[in-house]
Amino acid sequence: MSAWLRQHRRAFGQALRRLTKATGLASALVIGIALSLPAGGYTLLESLRAIAARLTLEPQISLFLQPEAKRAEAEALGKRLRTDPRVATLRFVPREDALRELQAVEGFPELIAALGRNPLPDAFVLSTNAAAVDALAADLAKLPGVAHVQADAVWARRLAALAGIARLGLWLLAGLLGTGLVAVTFNTIRLQILTQRDEIEVSKLIGATDAFIRRPFYYLGLLQGLAGGAMAVGIVAAALALLNREVGVLAESYGSSFRFAFLPAGDALAVVLFAGLLGWLGAHLSVSRHLRDIEPG
Amino acid sequence: MVSFSSVAKRYPGGQEALRDVSFAIGEGELAFITGRSGAGKSTLLKLIPAIERPTSGSVIVKGQNISALKRAAIPYLRRNLGLVFQDQKLLYDRSVYDNAMLPLAFSGHAPKEAARRVRAALDKVGLLGRERSNPIQLSGGEQQRLAIARAVVNRPSLLIADEPTANLDAESAARILEIFVAFNQVGVTVLIATHDQGLVARYGKRVLHLEKGRVA
Repeated sequence: MSAWLRQHRRAFGQALRRLTKATGLASALVIGIALSLPAGGYTLLESLRAIAARLTLEPQISLFLQPEAKRAEAEALGKRLRTDPRVATLRFVPREDALRELQAVEGFPELIAALGRNPLPDAFVLSTNAAAVDALAADLAKLPGVAHVQADAVWARRLAALAGIARLGLWLLAGLLGTGLVAVTFNTIRLQILTQRDEIEVSKLIGATDAFIRRPFYYLGLLQGLAGGAMAVGIVAAALALLNREVGVLAESYGSSFRFAFLPAGDALAVVLFAGLLGWLGAHLSVSRHLRDIEPG
Repeated sequence: MVSFSSVAKRYPGGQEALRDVSFAIGEGELAFITGRSGAGKSTLLKLIPAIERPTSGSVIVKGQNISALKRAAIPYLRRNLGLVFQDQKLLYDRSVYDNAMLPLAFSGHAPKEAARRVRAALDKVGLLGRERSNPIQLSGGEQQRLAIARAVVNRPSLLIADEPTANLDAESAARILEIFVAFNQVGVTVLIATHDQGLVARYGKRVLHLEKGRVA
């Protein structure tokens, strides 16, 4: 084994021993708890986004015809709508199809059976762009045979804005706690340097290079960050498992099988690696600042 | 091996530790640096491994000008020197063996070779049976001998000791000096600072006497 590799193995072993002491583990836990907040928030947001994706965010207009409208009238209206340049996509929903869809929903078949006839009108679902949606909806309402026009744009916009705010909030939180992680590592490494002051001084006196002296501290920062990141992922996983037990009961009462999904493996790995990187950065800042102070003389 | 020419060292605050010091130590020589406390012995020795830099004049060690040495080159200079300090600077959180091993950790020797060297060094100073002890369990003389073992484990050609016999009884002090003499006999250049004139007189070696920062 080369001398270089041997020195790295030695530094790594030293760092690992220090990490597994109580103070090292406590610091890793602090990092883990801090990071579990943005990581957990991100996980919840991603789960909710999966639901929101099913409710399309593209401005949509539903146009309901008079219940007594004939199919031919509906087809004529469809032709007219297709010529409107503001209409991006157009889908005709015959009342029979709408009824079939409704019957698939929990609780509705009984209700429909009680009515004894199809209460639903023919409808068009059309998508447009956000700028045109309000004017288009107003125009459509004036067309003959149209009973009701519903524009979903407002709440779609609100949902998008809310998701944006939540995401920004999470990024701010992640930035803040990431800085905290760097500070925690900075301080752990500072204390470690103070504890090993004698060893560092003697090592410098008998010919250790700066790189040799710094190496175990860099490894300690990196390992502590990685351990903290792994703890954060573990905390999120445990919290989700607890949460999902309750969510499951609630979702079932709505006939849904919704559960919060755990972070994708790639994202979980990214959290751990990012924490390791920040730990390394904290060690770098600390070592640069504090090792120079220890000069034999 | 070591040559000083017109070396002066002034500490911040104006205290002049050395003034116009010139001398040369040849290869294989053993020399004592004597003088009272505060005469500048420690300062003189600290200039050689670049623990201190001269204010003026030049210090040449093994052909390298210490005054002009880059910071990054200092560790490599020190690896080729054996340093023994008055306060030993042992590490009390590890065994005698690991203390002697310390210099080999960063010079990159293979583990077997390193172990062999450590045992050889401990053998030379008579501590081979105490490898597993903690330095705190050793007597003053034994601690100083451990410091010597650590200094020679890299097989330096120049050994520098600052008051290695201070705080030791006469018998322990004599034993320490005999170790240095033994290293000198196998070709190591040795430079020892001491205030113990009686000890120096017994060996009849070269003496540099410092008085108020000057070679008297």
